[in-house]
Amino acid sequence: MVDLSINCAGIKSPNPFWLASAPPSNSAYQNCKAFEQGWGGTVWKTIGEPVMNVFNRYGGLDFNGQKIFGLNNIELISDRPIEVNLKEIAETKKLWPDRAVVVSLMVESKREIWHEVVKRTIDTGCDGIELNYGCPHGMSERGMGAAVGQVPEYCKMITEWVTEVSTIPVIVKLTPNISNIQLPARAAKAAGANAISLINTINSIIGINLDTFELKPNVGGLGGHGGYAGPAVKPIALHLLSQVAIDPEVNLPISGIGGVSNWRDALEFILLGASSVQVCTAVMHYGFRIVNDMIEGLSNWMESKGFTSLDQVRGKSLPQINDFGNFDLLNRTIARIDQTKCIHCNLCYIACEDAAHQCIDLTPVNGHNKTEVREKDCVGCALCSLVCPVEGCISMVRIDDGSASKTWNQLIADFKNSGRPLTWEALAEFQHKHGIEIH
Amino acid sequence: MKNIAPKLPIEEYEKNFADLHPPLTPNSAVAEANRCLYCYDSPCMKACPTHIDISTFIKKISTGNLLGSAKTILESNWIALTCAKACPVDELCEGACVYNEKGEKPIEIGKLQRFAMENYFAKGSPQLFNKATRKNKSVGIIGSGPAGLACGAELSLLGYDVTIYEANKIPGGLCTWGIAPYKMRREDSLKEVALVKSFGVEIKTEMMVGKEIKVDDLIKKHDAIFLGVGLGESPQLSVTGEHLSGVIGALEFIEKVKTENWKDVPVGKRVAVIGAGNTSIDAATEAKRLGAEQVFIIYRRSEVEMSAYEFEYELAKRDGIVFHFLTAPKKIVGEKFVEGIECLKMKLGELDNRGRRRPVSVPGTEFTIPVDMVIKAIGQETKSSFLSSIPNLTLDPDGCVIVDYNTFQTANPKIFAGGDCINGGKEVVNAAYDGKRAAHGIDSYLSNQTKGGN
Repeated sequence: MVDLSINCAGIKSPNPFWLASAPPSNSAYQNCKAFEQGWGGTVWKTIGEPVMNVFNRYGGLDFNGQKIFGLNNIELISDRPIEVNLKEIAETKKLWPDRAVVVSLMVESKREIWHEVVKRTIDTGCDGIELNYGCPHGMSERGMGAAVGQVPEYCKMITEWVTEVSTIPVIVKLTPNISNIQLPARAAKAAGANAISLINTINSIIGINLDTFELKPNVGGLGGHGGYAGPAVKPIALHLLSQVAIDPEVNLPISGIGGVSNWRDALEFILLGASSVQVCTAVMHYGFRIVNDMIEGLSNWMESKGFTSLDQVRGKSLPQINDFGNFDLLNRTIARIDQTKCIHCNLCYIACEDAAHQCIDLTPVNGHNKTEVREKDCVGCALCSLVCPVEGCISMVRIDDGSASKTWNQLIADFKNSGRPLTWEALAEFQHKHGIEIH
Repeated sequence: MKNIAPKLPIEEYEKNFADLHPPLTPNSAVAEANRCLYCYDSPCMKACPTHIDISTFIKKISTGNLLGSAKTILESNWIALTCAKACPVDELCEGACVYNEKGEKPIEIGKLQRFAMENYFAKGSPQLFNKATRKNKSVGIIGSGPAGLACGAELSLLGYDVTIYEANKIPGGLCTWGIAPYKMRREDSLKEVALVKSFGVEIKTEMMVGKEIKVDDLIKKHDAIFLGVGLGESPQLSVTGEHLSGVIGALEFIEKVKTENWKDVPVGKRVAVIGAGNTSIDAATEAKRLGAEQVFIIYRRSEVEMSAYEFEYELAKRDGIVFHFLTAPKKIVGEKFVEGIECLKMKLGELDNRGRRRPVSVPGTEFTIPVDMVIKAIGQETKSSFLSSIPNLTLDPDGCVIVDYNTFQTANPKIFAGGDCINGGKEVVNAAYDGKRAAHGIDSYLSNQTKGGN
């Protein structure tokens, strides 16, 4: 039997799927509906200072006919009074005791204001607090959101104001709009945070209307940067998540966010160390119902792999994260094309020819083009296998026997020890010795 | 005709002759275009006789560059709208789409090409091509079908003065007169004619060469001649009763349908179509759609040997056409009007010189199908008498003009030819290719002449 339940810094939920603090988690109606459909938890849309939204808030990035490959927004924190929110939070938690109800907070950077809002929030009976240090628009200009997340000192100071009064777990949500994500994460840790969540949205301009020259979204002729989210940001989120997860100075549970659309995406976050995963854009596109496949797909995958608990899965890919200098230069793979599967689209050929290393030959055979890899010239870059539309047609095959191995760091050390300078000639000699020809 | 099929309400005709395949909407066109893999040196392009750069024009649809898409298409094929609607795409581009090999539905190339071309014509056929400097040489083209139009368009852009001589009152040849209306209407063909004219090509209609103008005069008048005369009449069945009222050639019948005056086209209550090629299917389905109660296709050989494409056969069956395979007409029965057709069962014997099993009659198997109309669709004869009036042409045993397939030059160096008159009857797309290639053959012939100082 597969157990999907998780415990993220003491916040428990029957599955790892939480709504992110965003439009879908705006109200009791929405959060209760989400719970009915199976969501394990919610991070209530950020409550705090009085705000007022503009009417046109979202811009979509479509890709080759696929809608909302990316989504940006200029919506602010909850535009409903804090009293209404707190009342609904309390009611929701009462109705759904087994689900995680976390409340996202953002108020003015004053100690007593933070103390007051934290206390009022705890009184709702919620399971945790998430500090919104990420919102990149509207709030940051008022010295909140990303304006805090981008300055580790502010991050530490405000987190301390919260942790000194909080009796429930505190999660710090980080902005990706920063050059080193580890610094605010460490600041949060130093201030006593119980967990990190990331990423918030990325600063973006989603597009321009080619007829009117207006930005999207367009508010009465004006536009500006908004927060970018959706499937397109997932790789960035995974990277930043991994940076926090491998930092020994942080070592906190993580709630992963950024472009999670289905159980496969969620699993990638979990494999890189996330305890829970938060979802927004996919719900904004398709509704709460997507959680059904997320739960079922993850369970089926776990069962097929023989896992019974997410503890066995979490962080499983982290040990593989390493520096380029430690990669084996002599681990050689080349592309092989399965001619029986080839459909003769020649996309591998043109990609290799124009954009890689010109090592696929195109020869006319029976009215088709036969594509063949010239193996001695193939550098194993894998581009052809990526453009190939047929599953399993081009595979990357390892051709070295594993007897020799040398990383860049080792190679540099060898040169240093032998007193030889690293020159192109010396490098060519090394390559030649190992049968590597670079054209 | 004795029993004429009752006339249908006008809406019924319009329904029967409405587009068999409705056009793509802008949304569905972009969705379909996005499905295209954008193959390099694509198999669809190779399968197209005119080698349209299909994946490129489709890519342009996906980005909203519709004019660019039309330009890519027209660069290879001047008869692109007709081809989009009338090409046997299953046999050509779509049949070659890599998705077939992937086990998925091929890209709807024909419909996408139609989308791009209809948009182009709807935008008023904006000028996309520049004309070369005028060369002060003239080319006469006989026939304004797809081969002649393609040749004329290309030559005109190369800088030649082009005159097309057309016997009919309305130009376009088989594109105008020979394509089933549920595939394409006459007005579409005329849009292509207008496009070619917009390049400066002059089309003289009701100008039958050999009648209104002498062949010799024409040859003298122009620096080169292109023959795009197509084929002629249906051959005789050579059975008794062929002269009866109600016997008609398939092309003559289809041409009447193409006037789009549906109720004025006489059609029998019961119709027999002789032959099982693509034209036979057109004639049979058109007769049915005009209100014939029963339509039979009578064919000497079996389903396997029939030259009609699979999709045409399916269409005929859907229209309720009854096929009599291994059946040959022996006699058309009737006093003054067709009353029936007496047939004889056949069996397949030895291979003939084309590798098809020869049908052999089975004695004593005569039977009569009562019909009111007989449509002869057993192919077309070449225009042998006209072709023999042109000096120094050589013809193959089937009566087709022999050309050099690189230049489309005939044995008479001044005369070039393409389309059905050289291939005995192929697709519009083949004629479009021939005409365009021949234009380049003519160009290099005339350029060499200039260099030689003749």
